[in-house]
Amino acid sequence: MQHTIIALVEDKPGVLSRIASLFRRRGFNIESLTVGHTEQPGISRMTIVVGTNEVEAERVIAYMYKLVNVIQVEDLTNMTPMVRNLAMIKVLANDAKRTEIIQLVEIFRARVVDVAQESLIIEITGTEDKIDSFVNVLRPYGIIEMVRTGAVAMSRGAMALSNAYIQENIAV
Amino acid sequence: MKKTGAEILWECLVRENVKTVFGFPGGSTLPLHDAMHKYPIHHVLVRHEQGAAHMADAFARVSGEVGVAIATSGPGATNLVTGIATAMMDSSPIVCITGQVHSHFIGYDAFQETDVTGITLPITKHNYLVTDTKDIAPVVREAFYIARSGRPGPVLIDITKDAQIASIEWQYDDSPIELPGYRPDLRPAYSDMEKAAEMIHEAKRPLILAGAGVMKSEALKELRDFAEKTDTPIAVTLLGIGAISTDHPLNLGMMGMHGYAWVNQAIQEADLLLAFGMRFDDRVTGRINAYAPTAQKIHFDIDPSEINKNVKVDLAFIGDLKESLQKLMPHLEPRHHSEWRQQIEGYKASSVPQDIQQWPDDGKLYAAHVINDIWKYTEGKALVVTDVGQNQMLTAQYYRQDRPNSFITSGGLGTMGFALPAAIGAKFARPEAEVWAFVGDGGFQMTQAELATAAQQGIKINIALINNGYLGMVRQWQELFYNSNYAATPITSPDFVKIADAHGLLGLRVTKREEIESAVRTAQAHPGTALIEFRVESEENVYPMVSAGSELHKMIMRPTVKKDQS
Repeated sequence: MQHTIIALVEDKPGVLSRIASLFRRRGFNIESLTVGHTEQPGISRMTIVVGTNEVEAERVIAYMYKLVNVIQVEDLTNMTPMVRNLAMIKVLANDAKRTEIIQLVEIFRARVVDVAQESLIIEITGTEDKIDSFVNVLRPYGIIEMVRTGAVAMSRGAMALSNAYIQENIAV
Repeated sequence: MKKTGAEILWECLVRENVKTVFGFPGGSTLPLHDAMHKYPIHHVLVRHEQGAAHMADAFARVSGEVGVAIATSGPGATNLVTGIATAMMDSSPIVCITGQVHSHFIGYDAFQETDVTGITLPITKHNYLVTDTKDIAPVVREAFYIARSGRPGPVLIDITKDAQIASIEWQYDDSPIELPGYRPDLRPAYSDMEKAAEMIHEAKRPLILAGAGVMKSEALKELRDFAEKTDTPIAVTLLGIGAISTDHPLNLGMMGMHGYAWVNQAIQEADLLLAFGMRFDDRVTGRINAYAPTAQKIHFDIDPSEINKNVKVDLAFIGDLKESLQKLMPHLEPRHHSEWRQQIEGYKASSVPQDIQQWPDDGKLYAAHVINDIWKYTEGKALVVTDVGQNQMLTAQYYRQDRPNSFITSGGLGTMGFALPAAIGAKFARPEAEVWAFVGDGGFQMTQAELATAAQQGIKINIALINNGYLGMVRQWQELFYNSNYAATPITSPDFVKIADAHGLLGLRVTKREEIESAVRTAQAHPGTALIEFRVESEENVYPMVSAGSELHKMIMRPTVKKDQS
């Protein structure tokens, strides 16, 4: 099954390569990986989606902790996290079809971000399933180009990403 | 005060208490080597950078301090790779410093440029590329800290030539190192102590598996106290040799593929395994799904990623072994396991006739006899270094090493060519020790060039070169599992006595058992490095043996009657 793993890492050159190298050499297949800044300067946050089982997911977290630049890691899979993807879809839209497409955009709560003579760029955020359905609906109109981010995820409630792994193992 | 990057580097090394470095200069280390003589550090010029890494590795294993290797960019750096991987697999703290091309050349395929931080990513605990002089000092401090703390390991620092050359206003800063993602100080939870005590108290057939972690954590006394209080026998891994004296009544000896049959039998029969600083390598477990089927397992390890990696355990103590055992001891009550120990003695008795030492002298020279006799003539006090293969396993079996950090071998990576450079590194770590390197004719020829290093340094080591004319361990597998098809394993050798002589070293040759003593005595009395070539039986095997994929207790035993007598 899919595991959604969050990592807080030091924002230093080569960190992405270390994470990618770890996944490669331990034989894990990354389905998506996103990285960006956090509320804390110098710290980046990664959302990594891997297709693997519970035991292997635990192993990958243990390996990630061995990396000096990795600060915190958490598997959000069993915490029903908020997971979002973003896609931009450039679709053929002449005068005849434009209104029709815009109606679909409204149904899916997407947004038109660029309008040209023959095309529209539509931005949509949501779960992977929602974006997949939207793409399917648009396909008959002619998708010229599409770009999708991987998933970003956050646990629900007031708790921030916690480091249960380390806290459990520190002497009380 | 204004200092160049090179000067800052050396000053940082001095501050880390480095007295010896092993290196080979080149274009990208010119500034670094140029500044060297201003500092009280001895530079050992190696003949190949692999040797530098092995020397630093053995230096670290023997001394417990960080070993340092230096190489130039490109081929210098790539030549370190085997040595770094060796240190990584056996958790040896080394810092490798490589020169790198000018920072503005990086990425342009400049002369002798290679992406060594990329290459060594999976075989270092951590690595750094330094392009700015001001980063040298903090990086060196971090590198030494990371190499030696937690589960030790190799760290590589790649420093561009311009960063070595540039001068900056600089003062040594010893403020605390801040590495938010690095937690070498994990400790077990107190709640686990009671649970562990309960498991230990209830066990009828407990067994301690002692690994290298016992020595790295300096938990020798704690191991002994624990074993004695709970009357628990101890089996050691290859790298755990020396964790407990061989004549201690609770020390059963080595486990694993070429361990003692009774040890493996005991593991398979145990109801509680206490793993102390060992990682259930495939060479000690045999077929994993048939490993210790009746035993509960408690794993003590400083590296959380080792827990449940190879073997699923019932309880884990993550942290420093010494500290964990100290905290656990007050929870333990004395126990007696005479029945269990008698059971193991029973296994032992049935193995004894298969020991080669029980054989009557038949006028032939056997490697096992050579090693046994050197053990005898060195009174078991030598600092022993081995290569990889039959010589390694026989030395583990027949050189009964009682001292910690005195059996130096490439366990995890199994690096042939390790012995000679490692013996040189070991000698620098403990100059007063009598160093003996046990090495086969195959492995010796891989790094033979380091004889010149020993000669140039004027150090004294002793080399027992076990020459059987084959790559012996591979030949053994071919004999047992590939219908004796000796493909690519017969190996010719130069005249090793002349090779030693050509280096200005003492070379001796032994072909009969009765010549061993005088040769060893002559080597011992010689002030410089001595090499003894032992021409041993060519097709002898190491027994007992667990064949790959077999259950641990199903060992192939030495035939009780010799082949040529049957």
